[in-house]
Amino acid sequence: MRLKLKVWRQKDQLDSGRLVDYQMDNISEDSSFLEMLDLLNESLVEKGDEPIAFDHDCREGICGMCSLTINGIPHGPEKLTTACQLHMRSFKNGETITIEPFRSKPFKITKDLIVDRSAFDKIIEAGGFISVRTGSAPDGNAIPISKSDSDYAMDAAACIGCAACVAACKNSSAMLFTSAKISQLNSLPQGKPEKDRRLLSMVSEMDRSGFGNCTNYGECHAVCPKGISVDFIANLNRDYAKASVKNLLKTIG
Amino acid sequence: MNLNAKIPEGPIENKWENHKFRIKLVNPSNRRKYNVIIVGSGLAGASAAATLGELGYNVKCFCYQDSPRRAHSIAAQGGINAAKNYQNDGDSVHRLFYDTIKGGDFRSREANVHRLAELSVNIIDQCVAQGVPFAREYGGLLANRSFGGAQVSRTFYARGQTGQQLLLGAYSALSKQISTGQVQMYTRHEMLDLVLVDDHAKGIITRNLISGEIDAWSADAVILATGGYSNVFFLSTNATGCNVTASYRAYKKGAGFANPCYTQIHPTCIPQSGGHQSKLTLMSESLRNDGRVWVPLNKNDCQSDPRSISDENRDYYLERKYPSFGNLAPRDISSRSAKEVCDEGRGVGPGNRGVYLDFADAISRHGENTIAEKYGNLFDMYERITGENAYKRPMRIYPAPHYTMGGLWVDYNLMSTIPGCFVMGEANFSDHGANRLGASALMQGLADGYFVLPYTLANYLAEVGANKPDPEGEQFKTAKKSVNDQTKKLLSINGNRTVRSFHIELGQIMWNKCGMARNEKGLTEAISQISSLREQFWSDVKVTGKDSDLNQELERAGRVVDFLEFGELLCRDALNRKESCGGHFREEYQSHEGEAERDDENFSHASVWEYKGEKETPIKHKEELEFNVVKPSVRSYK
Ligand SMILES: Cc1cc2nc3c(=O)[nH]c(=O)nc-3n(C[C@H](O)[C@H](O)[C@H](O)COP(=O)(O)OP(=O)(O)OC[C@H]3O[C@@H](n4cnc5c(N)ncnc54)[C@H](O)[C@@H]3O)c2cc1C
Ligand code: FES
Repeated sequence: MRLKLKVWRQKDQLDSGRLVDYQMDNISEDSSFLEMLDLLNESLVEKGDEPIAFDHDCREGICGMCSLTINGIPHGPEKLTTACQLHMRSFKNGETITIEPFRSKPFKITKDLIVDRSAFDKIIEAGGFISVRTGSAPDGNAIPISKSDSDYAMDAAACIGCAACVAACKNSSAMLFTSAKISQLNSLPQGKPEKDRRLLSMVSEMDRSGFGNCTNYGECHAVCPKGISVDFIANLNRDYAKASVKNLLKTIG
Repeated sequence: MNLNAKIPEGPIENKWENHKFRIKLVNPSNRRKYNVIIVGSGLAGASAAATLGELGYNVKCFCYQDSPRRAHSIAAQGGINAAKNYQNDGDSVHRLFYDTIKGGDFRSREANVHRLAELSVNIIDQCVAQGVPFAREYGGLLANRSFGGAQVSRTFYARGQTGQQLLLGAYSALSKQISTGQVQMYTRHEMLDLVLVDDHAKGIITRNLISGEIDAWSADAVILATGGYSNVFFLSTNATGCNVTASYRAYKKGAGFANPCYTQIHPTCIPQSGGHQSKLTLMSESLRNDGRVWVPLNKNDCQSDPRSISDENRDYYLERKYPSFGNLAPRDISSRSAKEVCDEGRGVGPGNRGVYLDFADAISRHGENTIAEKYGNLFDMYERITGENAYKRPMRIYPAPHYTMGGLWVDYNLMSTIPGCFVMGEANFSDHGANRLGASALMQGLADGYFVLPYTLANYLAEVGANKPDPEGEQFKTAKKSVNDQTKKLLSINGNRTVRSFHIELGQIMWNKCGMARNEKGLTEAISQISSLREQFWSDVKVTGKDSDLNQELERAGRVVDFLEFGELLCRDALNRKESCGGHFREEYQSHEGEAERDDENFSHASVWEYKGEKETPIKHKEELEFNVVKPSVRSYK
């Protein structure tokens, strides 16, 4: 295949950045998108130019490290597919492909296609856990959990934390990410004791980090490589109202 | 080199309990006086950091990714073993212990393996309590499946994302400790050296991957949980950043490296499709619960549509050769069998390097929905990569480097030959012998991190007392300088070849001469080829960019430098071990039927290598293995 690439190059956080054109020939349809970038980088290094910096690790669609906006869509054109799992057979010979980082206010661009997503870790630190001391757990089968509840928790837990949802959202909202983690933990009996605390604290950290509000565009779900459902956001909104009222009563009482 | 494994006295069932009672503790109010460095935030590193933080130690944890949640453990698919016997199918701690010793081809340490089997049950409890959504039955109880090398169903799983869910569990516990400040997390930091003060490990040197800064960190003990070295083969199922650097630099500082030649080639990976490829993708072993492995009986059928080949014209070679384990024969045996049939010219797909994994029977028995529920994400992944639909036609699979049983030598307390330097998870060598059973790496990583190290580390700290050195001290300055010198050297060569091209070439040497089958001639050639490749590297490599910047070429170069030295050590170990065992198959040592032939008389030991300097040959030491409970026998899966 023959392709024209327009790739975002930016030296560091302070640089203003620009799209740079590259021509690629002889690309195999079986090669993955990142392998195509590997080849481009090889040719840049051979010429003594600096290769394009981009994040990747597992290349299996599970670590959440890769974070490319391809032709305007986070992770590119294929549904339920991370950029690393995207293959060149999804593109047409002669096509022009634009490659940019995951853009959003709370994520600064570190270099080229690499962004800083540490705000996601902060949200988890605010309450995305069940407090259990190592070694103090009861037998795994002590509390039966219905298959449907456990499947629901697993659906929510499948999030890979890649932040495509934020990059796709006009408001830079992190509601899909946050609501999925809260739904996983709050739906399980083990997570119930800290339910309200977890929810309020994670939501407030989300706001503090500068993520915007959710106004139900649904773009987040459309680009999510794991198909995380927007129903989790609806649940969060409902539970948030309840938890806030309870919290308010507690402070008054 | 002192290789006292410090195995506790007493019957095997009581060793760990007795040991825990006898070793020293650090009392809760004193723990805050101690500082601990953990390198790695995979299952082993994250679980240890969370637990030590919770106990009140001051922990600094490092990883090279942008978040601890992205460690390579996240990619584990199939499951985690535990001797819960929830299925009432005759499982027990003893059986898991026995299976692991036998699976490892009698090359692991009995006492460690028994402890691992004992702790397996606590892991499941711990993870359930953290909210890990393991698969459940309709009655609400935990579900299980079978993995290779076992005749019971003891594998717990969370769809095809078990590693992800376990790691997110450990990461959540770690995040809690980070939020209280008990653990300080340093992401995008790569460890480039270990620092010793008075022969004890007291710190590390890192490179900040964003700013390029080289920093020195000191502590009372250093724990390495930096994963395995399969990427020495370039193409493997590991994440692209997985490396041997931390372990190798510790080796150069005096830590013994044990059994580097024990590498695991996983039988079920998607075959290579072309030279552009950057990694190979695993199709979980759990697929072998329902898939049947075959190749055409006749070479002429290799390029035909597999569905058109009748049953009599298929060779279900695993079922034929190993009737009692069939498609669930252990990994080393399944991989070698696949290589054999392909060598006979009966392989399928590009270059005839593939065998079929066929779900047609399972689909007609259970329906497509049931199969989709169990393995849907794997089938999707297969289709994304190959463009083929495995519900409709059999998958093509081929073995690929996947896991490394070898690693830094540790005693029963997980301490390396350097006092104060502990090693956990895939980075150490102790539990899997010459072949690891499926679903046992996750178990080991979490056993080490949650349940073993927190005890054994306390014993060491109580013995040496709190005396974290000054990170500005002499030893730290020297180590920093040598790291800086290497960086400068790499950037100054400005030759003609890319780092990646060297890595690819090294990988080809390793795969061809030290892969699934090895022999004296090939290994001897490999050693000299690697050494000249290394010379070429240092005269002709081109590393672009600066040191004071985010520079992925430089990161890669540093890793390849270590692989280029380590690959030679691996081949040397393979050459020295004149027997076949588990994943180490020497063509000279096989039975008439082509099975691995061990030599217990001469090789019932762990080979532990001591670094002697750049120009010197490393020295081999031995830890003799004692089998008091399970008598070594010919490992049969027939
Ligand atoms: C595709 C795949 C599927 C698998 N499936 C299973 C399975 O189903 N069941 C099973 O039991 N096992 C499975 N395994 C094996 C298992 O996943 C690993 O052995 C295990 O997760 C290793 O955990 P770890 O904590 O030792 O290391 P890792 O998870 O590899 O973590 C290493 C950590 O060290 C850090 N690090 C490395 N080098 C440096 C450095 N120089 N400086 C700073 N930080 C560094 C990394 O950032 C990372 O945080 C699978 C492996 C693969 C590749
Ligand atoms: S590189 Fe891991 S999800 Fe893409």
